[in-house]
Amino acid sequence: MGGASLLTQVAALARRSTVRTMRQPAVIISALLFPMMFFSINASGLDAASKIPGFPTDSYLDFAFAFPLIQASLFGAVTAGADLARDIESGFFDRLSLTPMRPVALLGGMLAGVVALGLLQGVVFLTIGLLMGVNISSGVGGMFVIVLLTVLVALGFGGIGAILAIRTGSVEAVESAFPLFFVVIFLSSINLPRNLIEQDWFRFVATINPISYLVEGIRSLVITGWDPQALALGFGFALAIVVVAIGGAAASLRTRVV
Amino acid sequence: MGQERGIEVEGLVREFKKGPRAVDGIDLRVEPGEVYGFLGPNGAGKSTTVLMLTTLLPPSGGTATVAGYDIVHEGPQVRASIGAALQEAALDPFLTGREHLHLQAALHGLSRKERRRRGQELLERVGLEEAADRKVRGYSGGMKRRLDLALALVHSPRILFLDEPTTGLDPQSRSALWAEVSRLAREDGVTVFLTTQYLEEADVLADRVGIIDRGKIVAEDTPEALKAEIGRPSVEATPAGTSDRDAVASVLGQFGEEIPAQPGAVAVRLTGGAAGLADVVRALDREDVRVANLRLDEPSLDDVFLEKTGRSLEGAAEDEDGEMEEAQ
Repeated sequence: MGGASLLTQVAALARRSTVRTMRQPAVIISALLFPMMFFSINASGLDAASKIPGFPTDSYLDFAFAFPLIQASLFGAVTAGADLARDIESGFFDRLSLTPMRPVALLGGMLAGVVALGLLQGVVFLTIGLLMGVNISSGVGGMFVIVLLTVLVALGFGGIGAILAIRTGSVEAVESAFPLFFVVIFLSSINLPRNLIEQDWFRFVATINPISYLVEGIRSLVITGWDPQALALGFGFALAIVVVAIGGAAASLRTRVV
Repeated sequence: MGQERGIEVEGLVREFKKGPRAVDGIDLRVEPGEVYGFLGPNGAGKSTTVLMLTTLLPPSGGTATVAGYDIVHEGPQVRASIGAALQEAALDPFLTGREHLHLQAALHGLSRKERRRRGQELLERVGLEEAADRKVRGYSGGMKRRLDLALALVHSPRILFLDEPTTGLDPQSRSALWAEVSRLAREDGVTVFLTTQYLEEADVLADRVGIIDRGKIVAEDTPEALKAEIGRPSVEATPAGTSDRDAVASVLGQFGEEIPAQPGAVAVRLTGGAAGLADVVRALDREDVRVANLRLDEPSLDDVFLEKTGRSLEGAAEDEDGEMEEAQ
């Protein structure tokens, strides 16, 4: 006894994370509905932007398709972070800490839940996007890469959610970070290409904002096809966020588990 | 090796910022197979001690070993040896009772087959087989407590920590939990460290009792020895009429010193022990003093607490709560 493999522990915790998410229809519906609502509103309301000279496509629908994927990843991360904080507040975390659970298994289990939700969101949004008329220039292969990048982004955001949860142990603190994340997303090239942002300060912020490169990586697969530079930057920043966030979460966890 | 060791604590201290020492240099020793009752009012330091002994809170000073392992330097070994049901039954409302047991069993490294077998066995033992596949959010307080106990037992620990396991439970659930704790100790030889604020619980379950107040252990022994230390029983008489009170007090005063009693009643600690009750009855009869009720009380653990701290356990709980709120 006490010899559970890391894989067994991660699988048990991932199952728990997924089961509890699936048993909260409100969470699933919000995670699927709100990003698509924003997408629909943006795509119809800002369609005229595609007439701006230099705009990379004549379909704002194609341009905006990265938005629900990035926003959904954020939803998933906040949900997972809040769940972890709730576990800390309720004492469930202590219960788990009293088992021979490896801290990294807890993180792995939680992030597996994030990945599962990210995967579901990616597939659902892709399907709805195609039904709405989004044209994926990179074809079927590109769709897989879009889902892969979305999952990576979800994983990175999930790591940030975990850091907040572990550091604060407060559901309120995690949930109150949501608007801040939202602002960071809007301060990127999510609504306009960087070269068309007129305000210098906004263009500067969008250029140093890693979210811009995640968005542009996904967008390139939709609009351009296979753009090695955009993909390298997109995957590069996504991986960097994953490494930093999960590393930070693991380090934070070590301070909480004696 | 570790399985034959109980709990040994020396000078254990826990300080919190802006507050008094929650645990102030306690020493205690719990033998293997013993049920140790840790009795004290709210805020006395019981739960803080449990958190330290279960490795969930680092001590500020002192040393302790659980199952032979140091709580600071050998946390994983301590955790592998113990089961714990902490003050709040921390459960996931979206999982079923059975899913909780399977998760806990998986983390402890039980095989799939063993998880199912052990889960079913524990569900039956705590009387939750019918509710096993219902989500925990629909459980009553008693059901949650029983599931909590089952979860603490998944890996058959040799040492079990129960932090106020019956607080808030109805009498029936409380009795069921007492029966299971007794069975674990008597039949399975599990060492039990039980914190409680209920005198009766400590009296019924514990082989030995440590009484903690304001972070310090003020008395420790078997319940019988602690009560014997106080010694003599008391007799309480309720006069038949209010005009008889002085006469009753006068007669009873011949048999011992007066102690606090129920409103309208008179009580004395019997100098000659329980055998003096017959003399009290004869004296009341001889003086033609009528009483509505006459009761002999053996010393209780509350008397012990009163003797050691100058306060009754119930009153102390209110005092300590006030102090804790101020400290926070």
